[in-house]
Amino acid sequence: MTGHSMTAEPAGPAGRAPGGSRLSPRKRQRISRAVQYVVLAAAVVAVALLVNWQGLALNFAKMDVAVKAFPEVFTVALRNTIIYTVGGFVFGSIGGLLLALMRLSSVRPYRWIAVVYIEIFRGLPALLIFLFILFLPLALPGFWLPGGTYGLGILGLTIVSSAYMAETLRAGLQAVPKGQMEAARSLGMSHARAMISVIIPQAIRIVIPPTTNQFVALLKDSSLVLFLGVSGEYVELTKFGNDLASETANATPIMVVGLTYLLVTIPLGYLASRLERRQAKGR
Amino acid sequence: MPHAVEITDLHKHFGELEVLKGIDFTVDEGQVVCVIGPSGSGKSTLLRCVNLLEQPTKGTVRVNGVELTDPDVDIDAARRRLGMVFQSFNLFPHLTVLANVMIAQRRVLRRGKAEAERVARENLAKVGVGDKCDAYPPQLSGGQQQRVAIARALAMDPDLMLFDEPTSALDPELVGDVLSVMRDLARDGMTMLIVTHEMSFAREVADRVVFMDGGVVVEEGPPEQVIGAPRHERTRTFLKRVLDPTHASDDTADSASSATSADADSEGTQAQAR
Repeated sequence: MTGHSMTAEPAGPAGRAPGGSRLSPRKRQRISRAVQYVVLAAAVVAVALLVNWQGLALNFAKMDVAVKAFPEVFTVALRNTIIYTVGGFVFGSIGGLLLALMRLSSVRPYRWIAVVYIEIFRGLPALLIFLFILFLPLALPGFWLPGGTYGLGILGLTIVSSAYMAETLRAGLQAVPKGQMEAARSLGMSHARAMISVIIPQAIRIVIPPTTNQFVALLKDSSLVLFLGVSGEYVELTKFGNDLASETANATPIMVVGLTYLLVTIPLGYLASRLERRQAKGR
Repeated sequence: MPHAVEITDLHKHFGELEVLKGIDFTVDEGQVVCVIGPSGSGKSTLLRCVNLLEQPTKGTVRVNGVELTDPDVDIDAARRRLGMVFQSFNLFPHLTVLANVMIAQRRVLRRGKAEAERVARENLAKVGVGDKCDAYPPQLSGGQQQRVAIARALAMDPDLMLFDEPTSALDPELVGDVLSVMRDLARDGMTMLIVTHEMSFAREVADRVVFMDGGVVVEEGPPEQVIGAPRHERTRTFLKRVLDPTHASDDTADSASSATSADADSEGTQAQAR
């Protein structure tokens, strides 16, 4: 502990430490803290003086522009963001469960297919997938999805989220103790029955916290629907904010949209960490 | 009449490791057979081979005349007749005690809800946890959980009960409750095959005791003989260590826990996908 004082001394950026390296740890800590406060205060003063607050306020927080975003930011944009996200989440969960079961299957080709799918779609930027989807109707002439733009957006999010969900669910399935399957089988259940009645319900419980985080990630990824060239009733938050911003030549709508995202993502984030803590206690 | 359990020339390898080296062994209906032996002797593996939780490498297992090792046998149907109780209980933690005892009755035996519930409550009362129906397994003590596990197996009306060190994971003061449930079962004529370290229980309840070491049956016979007056040196050494651990010259770790059982809690860390 004391040998450390030699190397720690030059770390003080102020260089005003009286008495050289012979300071007690408590004194050194006090000085270090004082220096940190001074640096922080200097930074705050500098930002306050140097930034053009009026210009910023005019571009990012203009009240009369902000008002224009209501109520559509909630009734149309947020609603659509939630539709895209929940749709992608539901189908992604189903696809992910299927892929996770394939990944753990005893049939080797199933494992290969699952691994290839997961590796590809976790490795690609989500945006690239949306750009692909844009060309699907061109590439496959008979291509049709229910729900119009909703269908396309949900498809894109499903492709991405099923790859991530597959890995989460696989971890969840493997986290269920082996004895559970043995107990179920020794009661005469078939492998499939044991999976459905015993293993999958427990795996889902295990993955609820990480899945909540995945839902948040998906909510943010739903902004990529912007690149599908959506319009009118199909716009989600990002597209809505972007359109209104170019219309009014002002960034305030983007701020409004940003706050709207946070309104959903921050509570969900808290929920996820609460669920995590509760699970850590319960197990 | 066929034996309740008939095992012939049973071998089991785990990779290079030969755990069972040719076991021949029978249990007759109504008999209580206790298998004792040091950890790593293969006794848990033997038990797990009886209901094919482990696939034997070689040899046959017959239960009530049905050869379970026949690849064409309906193993799920055969297991319905075999109750199994694990060292680590293995109750389903997401279900209430009552649902734990009902689920296989409903899904496997296709019993109606009312009947399954009646049978479940009956068996839970029988093992002394009738008042815990609505609790979840993690809320119960180890002794209560193990008794629920016994009720869960009994609810399937098994012909044979397999016990894999049922008291090894329990606090010492809870062992007695579980053993007394097992004693009652034996008295009612249940056929039981028990892997245990409880020598006084084996001595009192067993019709036959089998001592295993190194993957073979070293000695078997009535408890007075195998536990009371063992003929083999290995049996004598083992019993001395178990019954009088403080005076055994070698290390006494064997009696504490079994390394062979596969229930090392795999509290797997959840890999975050992202």
